[in-house]
Amino acid sequence: MHADGLQSRSNVFSHYAALVVLSLITLAPIWVMVATGFKDDVLVQQKEPVWFFFVPTMDNYAHIMTRGKFDTYLWNSIIVGVASTFFTLLPGGMCAYALARSEFRGRRFTANATLLVRMVPPAVLAVPAFAMVVTFNLNNDLAVLIFFYTALNLPFAIWLLFGFYKQIPVELEEAAIVDGAGPLQVFFRVLLPLMKSGYAVAAIFTFRIAWNEFILALLLTGRKTRTLPVGAAGFITDTGVEWGRIMAMGTLIVIPPLLFTFFAARQIIAGMTAGAVKG
Amino acid sequence: MSAQAELAKPALAVKPPMDIRALSPYFFILPAVLIMVAGLVYPVTQAFYLSFYDWKIGTDFDDAPYVGMRHFLRMVADPDVWESVWVTVRFGFWTITIEMALGVGLALLLEKPIRGASVFRTIFILPLMVSPVVVGLIWRYLFDARIGWINYYLGFIGIEPQVWLGDPELAFFAIVFTDIWQWTPFIFIIVIAGLQALPSEVVEAAKIDGVNWWQMIFLIKLPMIKSVLVIALLMRLIDVFRALEVMYILTGGGPGRATELLSLHIYNRAFDTQQLGYASAISVLLIVIVFLLSLAILVASNPMKDKSDV
Repeated sequence: MHADGLQSRSNVFSHYAALVVLSLITLAPIWVMVATGFKDDVLVQQKEPVWFFFVPTMDNYAHIMTRGKFDTYLWNSIIVGVASTFFTLLPGGMCAYALARSEFRGRRFTANATLLVRMVPPAVLAVPAFAMVVTFNLNNDLAVLIFFYTALNLPFAIWLLFGFYKQIPVELEEAAIVDGAGPLQVFFRVLLPLMKSGYAVAAIFTFRIAWNEFILALLLTGRKTRTLPVGAAGFITDTGVEWGRIMAMGTLIVIPPLLFTFFAARQIIAGMTAGAVKG
Repeated sequence: MSAQAELAKPALAVKPPMDIRALSPYFFILPAVLIMVAGLVYPVTQAFYLSFYDWKIGTDFDDAPYVGMRHFLRMVADPDVWESVWVTVRFGFWTITIEMALGVGLALLLEKPIRGASVFRTIFILPLMVSPVVVGLIWRYLFDARIGWINYYLGFIGIEPQVWLGDPELAFFAIVFTDIWQWTPFIFIIVIAGLQALPSEVVEAAKIDGVNWWQMIFLIKLPMIKSVLVIALLMRLIDVFRALEVMYILTGGGPGRATELLSLHIYNRAFDTQQLGYASAISVLLIVIVFLLSLAILVASNPMKDKSDV
């Protein structure tokens, strides 16, 4: 028994050691970005890597905030992120509710079709979306981007919210219906308050996609409607890459997703594994 | 009783045909369905439609000549298209093999619940939360030939500085490496979740029967999480065909077409060489591939299927 206890203690130690090493591998590249954003040009161009001990400078941040159109990009990203999240969650939640709760003709088809269109590659959307912008002269209009992000996000949001609705006991709704509540009242008054955490997870996923997306944004935005990722890529020029500035910009872009991760990691993991692991 | 039933019948007959209760499911799904049809299904049909026209950027679509099946015939014989299909297949093979091996291996070693596991899990999902553009930028910096950190550290073990992103073989290695960094944690987390959802009785019973460590893994645990593994594999496979942002930033598909995955190939055809019609034809090929893989996922696991459907 004694030997067994000793062995398991050393097992626990190697377990932690392995996890720490894996975490460092995961974190190192992200840290390199954060650190580089605070370095002056001499340090950035130096061949010998400096991980921690250097005199940080705010020059890169000052540059991107004052010289570039950072505030415009930031504002565009926020509008696109918030609007597409809102427009995804409202119809997505309604659809997930009906799929989870009602029996109707076409229910199975709708559910399967939703899962299929989830896989539409963004590259396939690129040309038709571009054609739409050209035909209707919608360049410089954030609404186009919001529309496509909403469409891209809806299938996953429906899938996620479907699972959350399934977890709510039907009796609650039945009681409300007995009390004379109509379908809309049941949905908005009874279920919505219980679905807060479900909607929070769906909102994180939706906002993150809209916030991070690059290729459609690059294509569908003009000078005034660029989002942050497009702005960041703009620091890659023919004459070279301004690494300090680009990394500062990258760090700023990463802040919201990082905050989500730290505050809602468990729910995010639940969302990611939802498709593969049955509860 | 029968009198009551007869009374009920006429009442049913005059029931208004537009019963709000019966229609309400359709009312609830309608907005979402409309948006998905307009924003996903319609563009896909447009991709089909555009593939029959020779439309170039900067010209009016009305002036674009109808070319029938010519784009598809050209595509079948186009070595560039098949090269990028081949790049995608090779990329998928290497990334998914290594990610599955690493992710599953680590999950089997580290599945036991320990204190602080949630902290590590939080760290492991970070690469998935970071914007693909940012991932591309970070690794472009690390792989830089002149100031990249990778060359510097390889110098310690006697490896000469390499032009990572300028050499076809090395650039391919670079995108594979980046993908492994980003996605192995995803496999790891999914497989851990699958392993921890296994009923403990089975594992205990096997232990009592005296199976050894290898038998436990290959005869009991892995077969029991087979569906998890299959879905993780298929999800990654579809991602390989959808991915383009990281490579767009890291290499742009180059040098030559060495890292031009199919999605990126379509994008470059459409907006670099400006052949919108031809790019649409290639995207029809992509749609077919992704559609078949998605059907496979639906067969493997349909999360919205009722238990009664099984």
